[in-house]
Parts: sequence; structure tokens; C-alpha cells
Amino acid sequence: MFSEWKFTAKDIAEKPDLFMSGHRACAGCGPATVLRLIMKAVRGPTIVTNATGCMEVISSIYPYTSWALPWLHTAFENAAANASGIDAAIKILKKKGRIKYEHVDVIALAGDGGTYDIGIQALSGAVERGHDFLFVLYDNEAYMNTGIQRSGGTPLGASTTTSPAGAVLPGKLERKKPIADIMVAHEMPYVATASPYYWRDLITKVRRGLEVNGPAFLHVFAPCPRGWRSDQAKSIELSRLAVETCMFPLWEAVNGEYQLSTPSKVLALTPEKKKPVREYLQMQGRFRHLFTPKYEKVLEEIQRITDERWQKLLKKCGTTQPAAKAT
Amino acid sequence: MKSVVKQEVLALNGDEAVAYAAKQSDVDVVAAYPITPQTIMVERFSEYVANGEVETQFICTESEHSALTACLAASVTGARAFTASASAGLALMHEMLFVTSGCRAPVVMAIANRALSAPLNIHGDHSDTMAQRDSGWIQIYVENAQEAYDSVIQAFRITENPEVMLPAIVGLDGFTLSHTLENVRVLPDDAVKKFVGTRQFTTVLNHEGKPVPFRLDPENPTTMGPIALPNYYFEFKRQQEEAMKNALKVISEVNDEYASISGRKYGDGLIDPYHIEDAEIAIVCLGSTAGTVKSVVDELRAEGVKAGLLRLRTFRPFPVKGIVKTLENVKAVAVMDRSMSFGANGGPVFQEVRHALYDSSHSPYIVNYIYGLGGRDTNMTQIRGIYNELQQTLKKGRVENLVNYVGLRE
Repeated sequence: MFSEWKFTAKDIAEKPDLFMSGHRACAGCGPATVLRLIMKAVRGPTIVTNATGCMEVISSIYPYTSWALPWLHTAFENAAANASGIDAAIKILKKKGRIKYEHVDVIALAGDGGTYDIGIQALSGAVERGHDFLFVLYDNEAYMNTGIQRSGGTPLGASTTTSPAGAVLPGKLERKKPIADIMVAHEMPYVATASPYYWRDLITKVRRGLEVNGPAFLHVFAPCPRGWRSDQAKSIELSRLAVETCMFPLWEAVNGEYQLSTPSKVLALTPEKKKPVREYLQMQGRFRHLFTPKYEKVLEEIQRITDERWQKLLKKCGTTQPAAKAT
Repeated sequence: MKSVVKQEVLALNGDEAVAYAAKQSDVDVVAAYPITPQTIMVERFSEYVANGEVETQFICTESEHSALTACLAASVTGARAFTASASAGLALMHEMLFVTSGCRAPVVMAIANRALSAPLNIHGDHSDTMAQRDSGWIQIYVENAQEAYDSVIQAFRITENPEVMLPAIVGLDGFTLSHTLENVRVLPDDAVKKFVGTRQFTTVLNHEGKPVPFRLDPENPTTMGPIALPNYYFEFKRQQEEAMKNALKVISEVNDEYASISGRKYGDGLIDPYHIEDAEIAIVCLGSTAGTVKSVVDELRAEGVKAGLLRLRTFRPFPVKGIVKTLENVKAVAVMDRSMSFGANGGPVFQEVRHALYDSSHSPYIVNYIYGLGGRDTNMTQIRGIYNELQQTLKKGRVENLVNYVGLRE
């Protein structure tokens, strides 16, 4: 179903950047790294559309741009509707002989706000209509552009400016919405999760998302040092730990069939390698309050939810995990 | 005026006339969401698609917000895009109306004018489009189904003109026009196709200083819909105002050119006066009400009363010069508003007509009549009553009530 695209690190390094340097992202920005990697997977004529958010703002300050591709931003909640319009235009203009391109790939980019929350209606509609586009969610788990407010993608216990940890509340009270599973429920051809630490896996999944005929959804983990109160130098390490703790497992669902991607499959086969969530959480100021006696129960709850979701995922992937050794 | 092409007469309601015009205008993308009283437009167009009568990508979106977004995105990708809505649907598009005009996307949208909630009401008035009067869209209000057909065709030429590049709304009164069958003379397909032509693209400089077509084109990348900070934003907005000014001229030119083919002309395209030259008293209004007013003017004229009508066809851009010129000899003017601007001391049409006359050397008595909200009927007797009150104003030499309500229980 997918092309056998092989590439080396050198190939990727030598491929000109389509998301160019000079943008205004913060040091250690996960999403900016993710965008750069995504654009390495571009295979031909491509149009990119971007929801309002950090990546739009840091890349398009008039009269400057970081985009070496045709790029469109219109609003916050409608990246998928932009993609619908672009896809429809390309199809009919090609049919009428008014553009010369045989095919144009369409990539829609949105953060967690523009996907989980305000953007979910347009996304669901565009996927239901079967438009041929890849929707990439770069998930930094809060509304970072407006100053770290909680979203449907913010995990339990995270302190944000609208779910602050206080004397009686332990940060966000609700769980992270399982957005990628919601997209699988649309019976769309391709859904996957990715993390920039596993850059080869990420680039391959972007390419696959472009290759499928119809809608594809890629959920990419994207640390935000500013919002997570984490070390700017540790964004990629956090991207690895999120996978190793199974807080952000890597998988693909091709035509609804779930399968674990290698980094997570390794953990399924060797459960002793699965790390406790506290290793990931303790590196981030947004979870600092969970390491006090007052809120340690929430820490336990996060571990419980993570394990429960991991087991559900293993079931969906048809993988039974060997009994874990005591951790 | 004579038509140079043979025209067929079809029995169409306003919505069908709009759909027929869109069908003939070589539209590439239609994205829409159904809402009363616009639904027939979408339904007819869906039939054209189902029967292979159009080469159009039709997107049945999950909301009006996405409908306009998809049209905007299709438009900047190089497609000719059309949508239609009404009332709450247009209100849901509100955000995207500004984005579409700001992106200078020549999208055409028909609106079957309808009241806004609450209370819920599906009938005709102008609250929906008047609430969007500052959104940067051209607004044309039509008098009948024939004009709805003609105006949609003209709108593509107006919006896509390089001096304009602004989106346009063609408004037709909900039910009164949208659902009422009329004889509509339609041009042959090839005549419309030739009139609208194919989209041409202006050349802009991209970020590298390279001249590129103003569209999303993989070979000539441009960044569209960027963020502009206080150092640039203001200039973008000033350019939109300039485009609106240019639209005044273009709307008139397109009106003339269309007349040379169809034999149909709507005033100068901006205003459509009726017996105004020697009128002492006049009504200013928009839309289908003008038809009723004309009948009353005919009656009054037969009785020797110097009554006239000034129908504003274009509300955006607002034809200040034409209004001032046309009303220069009128002694008392009644401006009819089919929407309210709460707390503003009069409806939007009244405010603007009165404002236009402020710098005129001539200063007629001017009063406001708010009428027909939520589809309430306005009949000839009531219109006659307005003219009577204008006569009373002239006799008394003063305005009794600045803002009046027609056919309202109080």
C-alpha cells in the first residue's frame, strides 16, 4: 500500500528546508522541530494550510515568511475546511486544464486547540467528506500562543493558566481526549501518532499520510519548554520519555487496523523497559505540584490511566503483553 | 434597450434563478450548507451536479463557517467559488467574512435575506446582511428574481476585477423573492460563459521580490493570510477601502456591459431611481419593497402628487455621490429600513443616507421608517401612508417623529 521510500540521515539533512530558518519560535520549540521534519517528507507539488496558533504566528510575520511552499492561514478552527477548499479547487482546476500539476498534496497543520477543541467540527466534516489531505496535529498540550491555557489535549494534573494548581485543585482535573482514536472512529484510511525523537518514524508516517488516497491524520507529540516549564535543551529527551513511559505510544491505524510502531512495540515485548510516568513528569514544572504529599494521589492516577490506556491499545493492536516484572 | 442574444423565459423563483446563474457562470467550487430560505439554491445546484450539468466541485460542508472557509481557500487556490446562506448561517460566517475580504478572495455569495434570532424567525428582513455591513463585502440588494439572476452573473465580473478583488453578497428578500415564482429571462449558456470569462490573476511580489500570480501555486510559493503587526496591518485595511471605491466604477461598467448583451439595466448599477427627477417627496429603500413602492408612486403620480423612489441597489460600496445628486431637488425623504440598529437612532440605511446628505448644499426633511421585520407584510396602503406623512411634514415645516415603525402594534 505504501511506497518503499528509503532515506538516510544524510538524505534528510541535504534536502533543502521547506520550513526555513529565521522564524521566531522559542529556543527548544518542539513544534518548530516537528514542522521542519514534516517538510522533509514532502514529495512533490504541495500546498500547506495552517490554523491560527504558535506555528502560524512565528512563521509568517509580514513581510517575512519561513515557508518555501505555498501556504495559507485563514483562522483558528478551520484548517481542515481550508484543506477541503484547496483539495476541491485542485481537482476541478486539473479537470478543466487550468493547472498543470498532475497531483498536489495538501497538508493542514494545527495545534491541540485547533484540533481537539475549536477545530474538531471542521476536521470531522472534512474527513467524513473524504477530502484528500494530511492533517497534522502538533500537540503541545495547551493553548501556548495565548499563554498556556488548558485544552482538550492537556493531560490530567497539568498546571496551566486556566487550570492552575492551587490550594484545593491539582491542575487540570480531566484526562487528555483520545483524539487519534476519535479519528480512527471516522473509518479514515490512515491515522498515526509520532514523536520527533523518533524522527525516521515521523518522516515515514508523514510520507504515508501523503500517499494514502483520502484523508490522513497524524498526531505528533511536540514539547513546549515555555508552557511545560521544562529545560529548553530537553525537548527531544521529553519526546523520547513520553513514548518510553507509554504516555504517548506510537502506532498506526491503516484502514482502522491498529498496529504498534517499533519504539512502542519494543516496550510491548519487553515490558521491563517501560518507564514509570514520574520520570517524564518530574522534568516539567507544570507537574511540579504532583510531587508534593498533597497531590501525590494524582500522580498515581496518571500512572493508572496511562497503564489502562496502554493495555487497551495493546488489545487493539492484537498484542498481548508478557507479564511485567516488578518495577 | 435591446438584447443581442435570444433569451429563454423560465418560470423560476429567486433561489432557482440564483442557482441557474451560478450554473451558467463556470463556477469551479461551490461549498454550502442548507438554511431556510436559501435551501432551494443548494438543492437545485446539487441536482445540476447529480445530472452532470456543471463542471463544479460541490462541497456539502458541515457548517456555514466551513462553507465560506472552503470557498475562500478554493478561491485563493485559483478557483471561482460560490456559496449561499441566510440569517444564522451568515452570522456563523461572520469571522470568515472579514478573513475573505482581507485575503482579497473574490467569492460570490447569494443571501436569501432573513431575520436573526431570537425569537427564531425564518422570514424575510435585512438584519442578517446589515449586521455584516462592515465586513468588507460588496452588497447588492435585488428587487426581483430577474435581478437576482442578472446580479449573480455580474458579481463574478465585479469581484474578480483586478481593481476590486473583493467578495460580494447578492441579497434577495427571503420568501418574497426566494420562494416566489416569476418569469425570468435567461441568457444562453455560452453568452454567460463568455461574459464571466475565466479567472485572471493579478501579479504580486512574493517574499523573494519575485512577481508571481496572486494564488497558491506550488511553482511560485506565496504566503497567504499572514500575521501583520501594527507596522503593516493598517495599510492592508486602507487598500480594502480603496478597492471599495474602485468597485463603484466597476459595478457601473459591468451593469452597462451586461445591458448591452441582455437589454437589462438596473439604474447605473448602484442606484435605481424611479420618477425622481421632479419629485418633491421620495422614499429610499432596498430590495423587493421597491416594487410595491413603484406601484404607489404610479398611483400618486396619476393623482398629481410628485412622488418618487430611490432604490439603492448597492449598499456597499455606498453610492454617496449618486444619492446626493438624485435627491438634490427632493424636499422630504423617507428612508425605509428592514432591520434595526438598536440604540442608534434609526436604521442603518437611514443613518447612511442622512450622513451622505450632511455635506450637501441641499438639506431635505428626512425621516426613517422601520418596516417588515421577521417577514411582516408591508402593503401599498402603508407605503401610501408614508408618502402622506411626508406631505404633512412639508405642510407643517417640521419632522414629527424621526424614527417611525410601519404596521407595528404599540
